[in-house]
Amino acid sequence: MNKIHVTTTVNGDPVEYLCEPQETLLDVLRNQLRLTGAKEGCGTGDCGACSVTLNGRLVCSCLVLAAEAGGQEVATVEGIADGDNLHILQKKILEHAALQCGVCTPGILVAAKALLEKHPDPTEVEARYWLAGNLCRCTGYDKIITAVMDAAAEMRGA
Amino acid sequence: MVKVTIWGSLRAATDGAAEVEVEAQNFKQVMSELERNYPGLQAQIAAGASLAIDGKIYREAWFTPVYPDSEVVLMPFMVGG
Amino acid sequence: MALDTEKREFKIIGTRPLRPDGIDKVTGRALYGADMVAPGMLEGKILRSPHAHARIVSIDASAALALQGVKAVVTASDFSEAKGELMQNILENCMAQDKALYHGHAVAAVAATSETIAKQALKLIKVDYEVLPHVTEIEDAVKPDAPVLRPDRRAKGAPEGTPANITNLSNFGHGDLEAGFAKADLIIERSFRTESTHQGYIEPHACLASMGPDGKADLWCCTQGHYAVRDMCASFLGMSLSQLRVTASEIGGGFGGKTVVFIEPVALALSRKAGKPVKMAMTREEVFKASGPTPSSLADIKIGMTKGGKITAAHAKLRFQGGAFPSGTIDLGAMCAFAAYDLEAVRAEGFNVMTNRPREAAYRAPGAPIGVYPVEALIDELCIELGLDPLDVRLLNAADKGTKSSYGPTFEAIGLKATLEAAKAHRHYNTPLGPNQGRGVSCGFWFNFGGSTSVSMSVNDDGTVAVTEGNPDIGGSRASVGMMAAEELGIPYENIRTIVADTNSIGFNDPTHGSRVTFSVGLATIEAARDAIKKMCTRVAKIWDIDPDAVMWEDGHARPAGENAGNYEPMSLAEIAAIASKTGGPIAGHYEVNADSAGVSFGVHLADIEVDPETGFSTVLRYTVFQDAGKAIHPAYVEGQMQGGAAQGIGWAMNEEYIYGKDGLLQNAGFLDYRIPVASDLPPIEAVILEIPNPGHPYGVRGVGETAIVPPLAAVSNAVSRAIGKRMRALPMSPPKILKVIKG
Repeated sequence: MNKIHVTTTVNGDPVEYLCEPQETLLDVLRNQLRLTGAKEGCGTGDCGACSVTLNGRLVCSCLVLAAEAGGQEVATVEGIADGDNLHILQKKILEHAALQCGVCTPGILVAAKALLEKHPDPTEVEARYWLAGNLCRCTGYDKIITAVMDAAAEMRGA
Repeated sequence: MVKVTIWGSLRAATDGAAEVEVEAQNFKQVMSELERNYPGLQAQIAAGASLAIDGKIYREAWFTPVYPDSEVVLMPFMVGG
Repeated sequence: MALDTEKREFKIIGTRPLRPDGIDKVTGRALYGADMVAPGMLEGKILRSPHAHARIVSIDASAALALQGVKAVVTASDFSEAKGELMQNILENCMAQDKALYHGHAVAAVAATSETIAKQALKLIKVDYEVLPHVTEIEDAVKPDAPVLRPDRRAKGAPEGTPANITNLSNFGHGDLEAGFAKADLIIERSFRTESTHQGYIEPHACLASMGPDGKADLWCCTQGHYAVRDMCASFLGMSLSQLRVTASEIGGGFGGKTVVFIEPVALALSRKAGKPVKMAMTREEVFKASGPTPSSLADIKIGMTKGGKITAAHAKLRFQGGAFPSGTIDLGAMCAFAAYDLEAVRAEGFNVMTNRPREAAYRAPGAPIGVYPVEALIDELCIELGLDPLDVRLLNAADKGTKSSYGPTFEAIGLKATLEAAKAHRHYNTPLGPNQGRGVSCGFWFNFGGSTSVSMSVNDDGTVAVTEGNPDIGGSRASVGMMAAEELGIPYENIRTIVADTNSIGFNDPTHGSRVTFSVGLATIEAARDAIKKMCTRVAKIWDIDPDAVMWEDGHARPAGENAGNYEPMSLAEIAAIASKTGGPIAGHYEVNADSAGVSFGVHLADIEVDPETGFSTVLRYTVFQDAGKAIHPAYVEGQMQGGAAQGIGWAMNEEYIYGKDGLLQNAGFLDYRIPVASDLPPIEAVILEIPNPGHPYGVRGVGETAIVPPLAAVSNAVSRAIGKRMRALPMSPPKILKVIKG
């Protein structure tokens, strides 16, 4: 088995790993780096539960090969809070009870953060379309969208 | 005696009767008497059955009392999602 | 039971505190089924049938076992014989025996040192299949010459000539139908169809099993009920219950689909054979192919109505397809179909039919959406024909306290009329519609259940309290349980930590299903708190040297009561706890109960939908849910249940369906082709909570989890039908299907 040596950064920390050519970034994050915040809901890029950013760009980590992450900046849900200080999005998701089972929540947070970094003042429709790649089966999205819009407003004001 | 309503698909076991009378003071006695008087009900009761007593559904509550004027309805053992 | 709602003001109940597991869930720390590891762990994978129906002539695993890294292979022969028909069916669904009964049915499983090797090993297992004719649709499965799945499973007591695939006969109702129809001014009879849908939880089934050479085992898994998992797995592996400890992980959605086992006994069998821990996780494709969808259905509904809108008689003939095994969901569908109405003559009858599809599993109010949809759709058609307002007609016929329900018992106090009146008065119902828009109305009903429940709580020395319960928290129940404990004890919510314990740590608990948790666990929590309070009052009575009955509990303090009032300084829970070892030892409360009196639940939904007449594409413009929650403990999570149930029902109505080809194979086993609603598909969903207290719970709680999935099917269908001016009578109403009706 020929493994590939990869050097990258995850949530700002330097990371090295050996991966098989077919292994996905999600596999390595979860199984080697033990960052299990990203979830495998489908493995085919349809559910968004494995969302991470690669150099700031929102991707499904199940569709990225682990070898492709070399030399890039990977950001996962584990890096959203600043130490003990929750990000505004995390606070708003909690305040608005915008999670039930919580398994889609890491992906939603990563995707919503990417949205607000690019579009600090989205309309509700824009937020809904941006998050259309993140399936949630529990909430009907209502409280998630409310939380994201509330976070956006607070971040603009901050 | 307590009147027990039997749901449609079980009436083959009660000679077509929609309502039967049993001598019982509680849930368990209702079930035992039904099984004794109508052996055709045994399979269903063994597989699971509930009783609605005065509008409340009891799934396995042997000592819940029933009175002569109680409304008692035999129902399937029900589960939710 | 006396209603506390009538005699006290709540301090915590009805507020919206943060959930205690929230920070773990927004930071990625929470551990779900697939997030656990163990030293020396193997990866398990399942070989599944590529055929819809086939006899398994032989299985040769020698080449797989010879592959380096492969540690065990199991087949049906590695399991014990299950007791009783239901358990036998669940076991056979986990692992095929002499026949593969559907596309994706598990046939063998392998454990290896890596997932890659396990996948290679699956390819090396040689299964000799004798392919049999298959059947996947209701119409075909009831034909006299249909392929028969299991001749011995035909409904017992079925009349001579009943087709062999028919399993569960159902028949509920009362009154004289003929006389009822004779009184009608208008009788309409229509046929409806619904397709199988999947619960669609985002987390696939996953577990980690570890059995030692002494036969003791631990199982970590995502489930709605770890005690049920323990009981089923122990039975299938021939273990005693005390030898198997099951811990429920955080659960990524279940909706009924995680009340039964699929991979858990297989992982245990592999671990037993390999002597190492085995982790298994389903792929999404496996979830669709082999975990439970709902039944599909055909329905013939006949309703008679007077000119004034009074229903004179109602008759439903339902046929459910519940996959390759018998299914009692038809009973629930038949019982719920007409439950919202006060009817003199009503009958709902039907049967279940077996097909070469996966075994049906419970999905939120199982059977109710399928039973209620055609009834609510036909009532809407009657309203249009007679020129009547759909809410007025429902109000006129609504069941109320004292109504003999369509399934037998007489209703106690129920909230249907109040819910309908709230819908009628709401601004949504009185907002004008634009062109190509329609407004749909539907009622929904669910029983709600209680069940076996155990709760214990320890009063810590510092005055905080540890609450231990045994029901996996799917939607915020740790919060509502903690709130009820805090309310009853009179201490701050923040001073309570609620955990969901493993099967060894607390008594039995029925699964998190049937909308039972806030009701039953809440009831047991309140009683456990009262038990602890009684003990604390007894201690304080000793300290004060007065009669225990002369000590009362108020606001988190023991206070002297009656003639002693004012004679002693009240003692707080923290003060009592701090000296517990001196006054007799640790203080704890517990309560175990098989809770009844859950109280039935009704909901009314309003849907506004616009249909593009060129393409058949429909857009949900506005959606409002009205539901009786009894007392809402944490209103935000009650709203969440109402909104989430509505969204699932909208998906069921508009897009979701299992599609089988003529080859009997599932065509759309993935989220791309099985489309659940995404954020941009839905409008805001307004949730209007009505609080008609349930007399069977000390705080008046009613289950709320399931009812909200019942009304959307007809609410959406009625809205689309009104928008296009023609009746839709089949789900899902995807754009091509709507277009066909528009053009037809």
